[in-house]
Amino acid sequence: MEMDITGLGLVLSFFGLIVGFSFINRRRSGANLREIPAFSRLRNAIELAVEDGTRLHISIGRGDITGPQSTAAFVGLSMLKRITTVASDSDNPPIATAGDGALALLAQDTLRSTYQSLGALNNYDITQGRAAGLTPFSFAAGTLPIISDEDVSANILVGSFGTEIGLITTTGGHRQTLSLAGTDNIPAQAILYATADEQLIGEELYAGGAYVGAGPMHIASLHAQDIMRWALIAIIIIRAFGELLTAL
Amino acid sequence: MNLNLKAPISTIIAIGVGVFILSGYFIPLFPELRTSLLTTAMLLVGFALFMGVINLSLVHLDKIRQGSKTALYSFLLIISMFITFVTTILQGPDGFLPNWLFSNIQIPVETSLMAVLTVSLAFATVRLLTRRLNLFSIIFVFSAMLILLGSGPIFGFQIPFIGDTIRPYLSQILAGAGARGILLGIGLGTVATGLRILMGADRPFGG
Repeated sequence: MEMDITGLGLVLSFFGLIVGFSFINRRRSGANLREIPAFSRLRNAIELAVEDGTRLHISIGRGDITGPQSTAAFVGLSMLKRITTVASDSDNPPIATAGDGALALLAQDTLRSTYQSLGALNNYDITQGRAAGLTPFSFAAGTLPIISDEDVSANILVGSFGTEIGLITTTGGHRQTLSLAGTDNIPAQAILYATADEQLIGEELYAGGAYVGAGPMHIASLHAQDIMRWALIAIIIIRAFGELLTAL
Repeated sequence: MNLNLKAPISTIIAIGVGVFILSGYFIPLFPELRTSLLTTAMLLVGFALFMGVINLSLVHLDKIRQGSKTALYSFLLIISMFITFVTTILQGPDGFLPNWLFSNIQIPVETSLMAVLTVSLAFATVRLLTRRLNLFSIIFVFSAMLILLGSGPIFGFQIPFIGDTIRPYLSQILAGAGARGILLGIGLGTVATGLRILMGADRPFGG
């Protein structure tokens, strides 16, 4: 029986840091987060949608729920829950789309439980959480009519998307709706840089929950990520320097 | 008394199974049970795909009932879905008709969308300089142009230096290093999100 001590140590350190920061953050005032322009615009977009009665469209992508891509969609679900809580009073409540059957069910469940916790289950309609399509381009094609025909003022695309996201963001641009997007796919991130109004690059995607006020654990995990990132940078530099010295 | 037992039960199942599967990666205990749990998860995902198809049908049937301006497209989708479903049930996924539908309708439609995406991206890249003119946008467009120029011959002529020196340097060293940095960040974010779910702080299963 062979144990992977390094991997286990890494996960336990991460776990310890999240728990530690959750206790430290209780004593501190404010979240101490750096400014990310995309989230400032998101806050404005939510306020505007509630005021003028337009709809927010939140898409959680098409990541496989049994693979690592699902975590990007889980961040999207945390944001969906928070945005629905804030914007549930709007004349046009938020709408969620997914490109995977399991994610569509999770989106519906998140919307239903949010309305239930607000005591407004009567306002929940099962078609607010939709499977827009089950292949990459059918998902994009199924999402486009929502942006064009359902009085959407902002598209929040947070999840695992491939290059098909370009079709969604360019349509958002043509309809003059705000597109805020983040994905775990590197080529799709390059596409977002050219087509989205605001893009979440790399780990900014996973900071979504902390910035929309999804809970103190989101902020604690963000601080833990910072520590782990600096530790990784130090290890990479030390190893590279060691290799260089050995080669000389 | 109205007790909502769904949330605590689903949370206990998610945390218990999650911790067991994760620990199995580090301490190889009970591999059969782990495989059995993963197989069950795959079966449930397969059923969820079916539920996704039902959801898609319900949304479009609702549009037809409401007489929305895209009702015709929704009608076409329902009819196409029905024909594909019936032919696949009758002939199996390897049958002549399902294969014909896939090769002659599904693939051409998705390819045409890919072509639309290519044109949209070219247009968006040009628009980027008018929409958001800054140093990074200029670097982005300039790098994209150099990569395209170095990717293949133009009218049979391979541009010297760009194709054999600049393009590999940009794509393999600069872009490769940047992509690895981004992937490390994504990896950290993935672990953090997974741990939040195992701790019960994030509950994407409703709850």
